[in-house]
Order: sequence, then structure tokens, then C-alpha cells
Amino acid sequence: MSLMELRQVTKSFGAIHALNGVDLSIAPGEAIGLMGDNGAGKSTLMKIIAGNFPPTTGEIRIDGSPVHFTRPLDARDNGIEIVYQDLALCDNLTAAANVFLGREIKSGIWPFRSLNYNAMYQKAGELFSELKSETRPRDLVKQMSGGQRQAVAIARTRLSDPKLVLMDEPTAAISVRQVAEVLNLIKRLKSTGHAVILVSHRMPDVFEVCDRVAVLRRGTKVADKRIDDTSPEEVTGLIIGAIEAA
Amino acid sequence: MTDSTNTPQDAHDKTAQTPVDHAAIDDSITSRREVSGIGAIIRTQPFWVFVAILTIGVVMTFVSDAFLTERNLFNITRNMAFFGIMALGMSAVICTAGIDLSVGSLLGLCGINLALVLQAGWSVEIGFIACISTAALVGLINGVLIAYVRLAPFVVTLGMLAMARSIAMVISNNKMVYEFGPDQELFEWIGGGSMLGVPNVVWVLTVMTLFFLWVWRYSEWGRWVIAIGGNAHAAKLSGIPVERVIVSVYMVCSICTGIAAFMFIGYTGSATNGMGATYELNVIAASVIGGANLMGGIVYALGAPIGAALVELIRNSLLLAGIPALWQQFFVGLFLILAVLLEQLRNRGGK
Ligand SMILES: Nc1ncnc2c1ncn2[C@@H]1O[C@H](COP(=O)(O)OP(=O)(O)O)[C@@H](O)[C@H]1O
Ligand SMILES: [Mg+2]
Repeated sequence: MSLMELRQVTKSFGAIHALNGVDLSIAPGEAIGLMGDNGAGKSTLMKIIAGNFPPTTGEIRIDGSPVHFTRPLDARDNGIEIVYQDLALCDNLTAAANVFLGREIKSGIWPFRSLNYNAMYQKAGELFSELKSETRPRDLVKQMSGGQRQAVAIARTRLSDPKLVLMDEPTAAISVRQVAEVLNLIKRLKSTGHAVILVSHRMPDVFEVCDRVAVLRRGTKVADKRIDDTSPEEVTGLIIGAIEAA
Repeated sequence: MTDSTNTPQDAHDKTAQTPVDHAAIDDSITSRREVSGIGAIIRTQPFWVFVAILTIGVVMTFVSDAFLTERNLFNITRNMAFFGIMALGMSAVICTAGIDLSVGSLLGLCGINLALVLQAGWSVEIGFIACISTAALVGLINGVLIAYVRLAPFVVTLGMLAMARSIAMVISNNKMVYEFGPDQELFEWIGGGSMLGVPNVVWVLTVMTLFFLWVWRYSEWGRWVIAIGGNAHAAKLSGIPVERVIVSVYMVCSICTGIAAFMFIGYTGSATNGMGATYELNVIAASVIGGANLMGGIVYALGAPIGAALVELIRNSLLLAGIPALWQQFFVGLFLILAVLLEQLRNRGGK
């Protein structure tokens, strides 16, 4: 049975039809590369799965039963974590504070339950070293490089043990070495039965870690193929429209 | 787009993954900015305002013999404490990139409600509850209109400034209240008395400042307020109940004003419906001078009393230096603008 399934999902922003009848399903341990030109609707699709906003029509199923997410917390409670394209970080807080934002570790007794800085610094440090990132938990996000910021956003998804991790262009702003670490992370997630949807413009990344590739063109899914059954040339053709559908 | 994964760049990168290089990258990418204890304090605005206070203080000891008397210091700390208490709450609002212009009027409204309840023969506890409830209700209305109806804080609280003042005039029937029922003596001692040579209201400010020190550093609520000020959208996506937190922030600000009102009426011994007019200027100035950033996301508990101290010190110094009181607001306004300018310059310098 599929872990998550989208059925005929559409999304309109006023007159703009960002998504038209998209079907997509993903199984545990599977990684899907979601590709498409700018404005194709990739981020919109990810945000619907992450509970940012509901689809205009269509449904989301988790483990076979329909769900209605009204806020990001609902998706998180259903085991879905996301790295947003814009990262969604608070610049004025430290790396550790951002990792734990909204689910801070506290200790002590009410009403003086206090933030447990040591525990959060330590855990955040572990997550960053797992990502082979030189990010330090106590540094302000304001002062960080693109790669470090990315690591903070990714580390956040590792706090719980999600079933499905959505990554919206996680490698767009980072160094080659860090890209390799993100790809390694995706492989590790797969091997432990997690599902991953990776939005990326980098063809080699998708072909290295994904099992399937889905292509969106102007809000419509024009292809959904096993990596072994396609080629970078074909996917490029699908993205730009040289190949109508496959 | 269709190249294989073995680009020259990748090959180079693989050789770079030795532990030694790892550390080198670590050093080069991140500027070493971890600042310890004293260094961190020196970077904050409250520290520099504190330096300014000491400087003015030293200058004033030469200008006026009356400055460094126990009597004068007692007065300065007592007068600043009312503004300091209100500025603690205002700082929270400013931290969310909001503003509350209604605090001066609210001080008047809370004072009149409190005075009428006491005059009617109720105990000081009931009076306190009436005072704080009035404040909480006004904060709730401000907060709901701002967080849920999404009206601009400036507009909502400007409207509330007018409405609260008007209601104070209506319910007081434009009369002064100076009879505070059976607990009059106790009530006036709480607001106007002192313990161990320190005015009670300064004790209240001290305890509240310590509490807010804890709030901003260690409470989940404080962390969430700072996060909302930094990036409300990100806070929302992280599952923080942004609207509810914003409502609570405006209630906290109003409740601080309610506490100030309770102390202030006891201190002055009378309540009029004009009380607190234009106090919003001093309270906002105290918060901003104390380091609260109007763009949101930065707050210091110590900033409120320190900012309030500077504002009161300006007033006191002008008085002792024989400069007409008409100049007071000019200097408060000037320091407010200077504080914002300083902040701007520091930001530009940091880039
Ligand atoms: N919140 C929004 N309001 C209005 N239009 C939107 C919104 N979000 C996305 N869109 C529109 O939907 C389309 C798809 O955008 P998006 O999903 O961000 O594309 P992609 O991530 O594939 O580049 C674009 O035309 C974009 O302008
Ligand atoms: Mg996008």
C-alpha cells in the first residue's frame, strides 16, 4: 500500500491554475524526483502535502485513508516533514533555536518550565555533524552561509522520525560537498524505510538517489517513470515540452 | 543538464574531504563570531544607554548640588519606575514589530475604574482585580483586531487611544476621585510607600524586570514572541500559534500598564480621567532607547528600566539645570530618534 497518495489534486490561486488533476503516490523507502520548469507547480504541490494550504479539489490519502490538513502541524502529526524552498528560518535566532522552533525542549516544573539550552545545543550539534555541516548550534542564522542555512532547515526534519520527507530544492544554494551530504542523507532515509520527494533542477542528483521521476509542466503531471526506464535526455525533453508526455 | 555525475568539480571535491580540509573550510566559511560574556554585553544597546546614563549623571553632579542627594535619586527612581513597568510590556509588543499607542489612555481608564471601585467601598484586592481586568480586556480587543482581523497595530491602538480616554471621561463623569474606601491607607502605601528606603514601585519594577529576564531567555512564550518578530511566516510554518501569541502579547502590554496604573493612583492619591495623556511617547521612547527594535525580533528585559531611567534622567536634569520644562518632550523625542539612528548605523556597519 502506498504511504501517501494524491488523487486528482488541483489548486487555483484566483485565476491562476497552479495544479491540474495531479495524481501521485509514494511507497515507504521510495524516493521520487519531482522536476519541472520554474512556475510548473512543484512548490505548490509540496505545500499542499505539507499542510500549508488545502487543495482546491482532490484528496490526500495517508496509509490509505483520506486526510484533511488545515495547518502544517496536521501534516507533521501525520509524519510529514518539509524543507521549504525559502527555508523558513528566523534570522534573529540561533541555529539550534531554529531547529527546535515550535517544539523546544523544556525542563523544570510549571509555571517555570524553562528552555533547555544544553539539550537543544547538543542535539542540534549532533544533527549538524550527521549532515557533515560546519554549522554551529550557537551561531545566529543571520550570519550564516547558504549551505549552513540549508543544513538548519534540513536538520529540522530530523527531529521527529517522519514517514515522508519533502525537500524543495534543498541543493540549490549549497556547495558541491554539501550536495553530496544531502544526497547521502536521502539514501540513508530510503534505507531506513522513509519516503522522500525531492524537488530539484539538478538532473544528476535525481538520477543518483531517486527511484522514480515525476515531471510537472504548467500544473499537469506529464510523466511518472522509473529512473531505470528513462534518461536525462527524455526528462529534459519532458520539462521543456519538446516531448509532450511519457 | 545531462552531464554525468563525474564532473571535474566533483572529482576535486572528493579529494577535499579529508579531516584537515574539513576544519579549514569550517574556519573560512564561518567568521568566528562567538562572543563571550562581556563582549556580548558590550554589543547591546542597553549597555550603551547605561553608559550614557552614567555620563549624564557625572555631568549633573557638577551642574547641580541637588542631583546626587538621596532625595533626588529616590525621586528619579520612583518616577522612572512607572514608565519602566509599562515599557516592559511595550517592549514585547515592539518585539513582534507592533506598537501600542493606547497605553497612556489605558492608564487613565484603569485608574478611573480602580478608583471608582475603591470609592464604592470595595477592598484593595477587588480594586486590583478590576484594574487588571480592564487592562486585560483592552489588550484582548487590541490583540484580536491585530492578529485575527489583521488590522495595522498603529491604527487599532490609535483608535483605542481615543476610545479608552473617552470611556474614562464618561464613567468618571469628568470628576476627580480621591476617596479610596476602607483600604485607602493600604492602597496609598502600596503605590506611594517604600521599603528599605526604596520606593515600592521600584521593587515592583525590579521583580517584573527579573521576571521578564527569565521570560525572554528561558520561556517558550518568550522564544515564540522573538521568533514571530524575526519571521512571522516561518514561525507559523513551524507550528507556533502566531495569532494567539500576538493576542497574548498585547494583553501582556496592557496588563503591565494596569499594574502601573494601580501603583500610580496609589502614589498620586487621586484619579482623574486625563491621567497618562501623552505617556505613550515616554513609554515607546523608553523601550526603543532601551534597545527594542521597531522592525521586530529584538528585545531586552533590562532595556525597559534602562530606557525609562534615561528618559526620567533627561527630565530631571533639565529641571535641575534650570531649563524650562517646556523643553522636556523635545529631548525625549530627540533621544528616541537618536536611538533609532544608532540602531540603523550599527546595522549598516554590520553588513
Ligand atoms: N500563494 C500564491 N498566490 C498566487 N499564485 C501563486 C502562489 N503560489 C504559487 N503561485 C503561482 O502558481 C504557479 C506555480 O508556482 P510554484 O508552485 O511556486 O512553481 P515551482 O515551484 O514549480 O517553480 C506560479 O504561476 C505561481 O506564480
Ligand atoms: Mg518552487
